[in-house]
Amino acid sequence: MLQVKFFAMLRGIAGVESKEFDISAPVTVRELKEIILADIPALTEALESRSMLISVNQEVAHDNDTVSDGDEVAFLPPFSGG
Amino acid sequence: MANKLISIQTEPFSVETAIADVKAVSNGIGAVVTFLGIGRDISKGEVITDLNFEHYPGMAEKKLEDIRARALLNFNIIEMAILHRIGPIAIGEDIVLIVAASAHRNDAFMACEWAITELKRVTPIWKTETTSKGAVWVSQTP
Repeated sequence: MLQVKFFAMLRGIAGVESKEFDISAPVTVRELKEIILADIPALTEALESRSMLISVNQEVAHDNDTVSDGDEVAFLPPFSGG
Repeated sequence: MANKLISIQTEPFSVETAIADVKAVSNGIGAVVTFLGIGRDISKGEVITDLNFEHYPGMAEKKLEDIRARALLNFNIIEMAILHRIGPIAIGEDIVLIVAASAHRNDAFMACEWAITELKRVTPIWKTETTSKGAVWVSQTP
């Protein structure tokens, strides 16, 4: 299982804080996004926004990076700390 | 030592204690510069009644550790502390504190300014502002 976390406004849109996805073989971040959007279409606009960052195991990742079973993926809206 | 110098916490922090912790690192410190971010009551013309911060546990702390490490590497400073509160914050309460210490003032000024800008850029922390229209997530702060 691969855990996907939704922070800040994404949690409200997704309706959950995190969700597990059954990924049998490694997929790219882009492919994972498609899997998530098929499951939670309400996230489409947010996840396709250029300002949305993605992290894999708490490191910023990009669309062509690979994710696999056991990874922790998070979608990070623009930060507003400080 | 780094534990005390990097913290994301719900409870208020003490500016005096943070400065003392940094000063305790070396007698070579001759200058301390601090940045203190405070909950403000107006944003984009709207009156704010409450603020609430959340973070990505683990990743946010790692980013603050990384900012401290890069500040120590790239600026001529002796020590740096970075403290950030999460959870509900009332107007007028402290949110974030950067303490930069160096032998001479200019290095601490530069490192402190860089660190707060970098914190805002890379640290997964988000806030809601509550106005008369309700609570909204803030997507960017200057």
